[in-house]
Amino acid sequence: MTLLLQDDGVAPHGGGDVSSLLEPTSGRRGDSAFKAVALIAGLAVLAILGLIAYSTTKEAWPAFKQEGFGFITSSTWIPAENKFGALAFIYGTVLSSLIALVLAVPVSLGIALYANEAAPRRLRKPVVYVMDLLAAIPSVVYGLWGIIVLAPAIQPVYKAISGAVGDIPVLGWFFNGESGRSYMTAGIILAIMITPIITSLSREVIATVPSAQREAAYGMGATRWEMIRAAVLPWSRGGIVGSVMLGLGRAMGETIAVALVIGSQAKITTHLFDAGDSMAAVIVNQFGEASGTHRAALIGLGVVLFGVTIIVNVSARGIVSRFDRRSQGA
Amino acid sequence: MTDLLSPDVERLLLDATTSRSRRVKNRLASIWMVGALLVALVPLTLVIGYVLFKGLGQLSLAWFTEDLPTITRKAGGGMGPAIVGTLLITFVAALMAVPLGILGAIYLHEYGGKGRTARLIRFMADVMTGVPSIVMGLFVYTVWTLTFGLNGFGGSLALGCLMLPIIIRTTEEMLRLVPDELRQASYALGNRKWRTILTVVLPAAFGGITSGVMIAIARAAGETAPLVFTIGAARNLNLNIFQGPMTALSVQIFGNAQTPFEAAQARAWGAALTLVGIVFAMTILARVVSSRVARRHSA
Repeated sequence: MTLLLQDDGVAPHGGGDVSSLLEPTSGRRGDSAFKAVALIAGLAVLAILGLIAYSTTKEAWPAFKQEGFGFITSSTWIPAENKFGALAFIYGTVLSSLIALVLAVPVSLGIALYANEAAPRRLRKPVVYVMDLLAAIPSVVYGLWGIIVLAPAIQPVYKAISGAVGDIPVLGWFFNGESGRSYMTAGIILAIMITPIITSLSREVIATVPSAQREAAYGMGATRWEMIRAAVLPWSRGGIVGSVMLGLGRAMGETIAVALVIGSQAKITTHLFDAGDSMAAVIVNQFGEASGTHRAALIGLGVVLFGVTIIVNVSARGIVSRFDRRSQGA
Repeated sequence: MTDLLSPDVERLLLDATTSRSRRVKNRLASIWMVGALLVALVPLTLVIGYVLFKGLGQLSLAWFTEDLPTITRKAGGGMGPAIVGTLLITFVAALMAVPLGILGAIYLHEYGGKGRTARLIRFMADVMTGVPSIVMGLFVYTVWTLTFGLNGFGGSLALGCLMLPIIIRTTEEMLRLVPDELRQASYALGNRKWRTILTVVLPAAFGGITSGVMIAIARAAGETAPLVFTIGAARNLNLNIFQGPMTALSVQIFGNAQTPFEAAQARAWGAALTLVGIVFAMTILARVVSSRVARRHSA
């Protein structure tokens, strides 16, 4: 309740709450009722988040209790033997998301810089428009394209690469395997999906760079690239890191597209072209036939996923807002 | 500078004053930026191209009206129940999330301001946009489906949870754009705050809010994971979202994409085209609405 009271003292928009000077009783009740309704609507966000944490943890409890820490440290997941260790899936989620970041970040940053700094004025809007379209395509459609078109088409490429470098140390650890549906394919599809997100967020950040900074750099004779390096990137570094992390959060939670193209094999391997599995993909693939502890364990994967994405998002938002404050203060 | 000088003059200046290695670096950076855009265009063109190319053949009157076929591996039947399911489930989700989201945004901007409660809600709404859709599905499964069984409303709940934070944050942005003079003028006429918000502020922000809401709805309409656990599977038309399983376009794409049968895969492409059509139509409409509003404001 203390939280609610504190708000009353805060000046709302419109320079002071003059409405309290108006007719004494009848309307004031309307005001406080309306405020209460609006507040309840706002609090719904907190209630839902709390309820998500509570009810999913409660349903997952039998699996957590049975496995203990083994739930996240063991990689033995055999529903028939009532063994549920999720490490292989956690590994798959992390690996496929990292591949996605490695592919998506250079592309996203390039597009964001192009749209804000380099593109001719009349091209800027269409570039943003194209990214919006890319973001609007539902993930299941990317998954469909991935499983039917991309996976069979890219399989010979994987085969050729692993044939060429598979025996070379270091390179061979990673560029090995020849499964069309694999970590790499999942990473590619995820990269396509998070590129528009990272692009639009970092574009917003880059747009906050004061033009005085750019002009100063140009004034000293900088080329465009030198201007970007000296004025744009240092200014927007925090925001860019934040937007990349938000993209990472999105990639880790993505389910359907990954479920279709990752290959569904619980296996920890450094071979990028091998089939694997991710937390979200396992949930959606096994939930239909699961019951008892198996179902609890799948919901438990959801709890882990929820926790991880919350951590990633909170720290990303923290970085972005710290950066926001700095740039507003400057 | 780029905007002040014509590209030719700029190039001349650079050539005259800049060493070769600096010019090469600049050129490489330009190639990277343009190349990145081209790289992003490849999957966009390929995906849209394939969806159009493989999906168009599926569309017919029967596609929109008939029930799903009983044998998935054979051709025939339609997508009627899935199309209706997607529209109905998303509509009911919007019915819940839109008023709640707009009210929440009103609290954040008109009442809460920079107060602690408002800041907490704002932050949590941002965090909530990052909650994976599959977690929303599991959440609704635990609080709704376990008690009330598989039905369309569970799907609506999950989609509503996904829409809510997006609507709150975009609506708040739009309320921020409403000039304070409008509020003050309304107070000066003797309107109370709640009347001012409902009759002055909201109408002024209507275009922007509509556009944000439509983007949220479009995003939700394409979701699959939250529906898989909550709406079950149905072949026939079910208009009662509180009773019995339903189906949706996204669920049909997911199911059919995993089969090795050509007819089923063709149905997946057809459903993808239908879904992308719905989602794009809403996204483009949202753009038109918001750009029209922007033009009116700047005029």
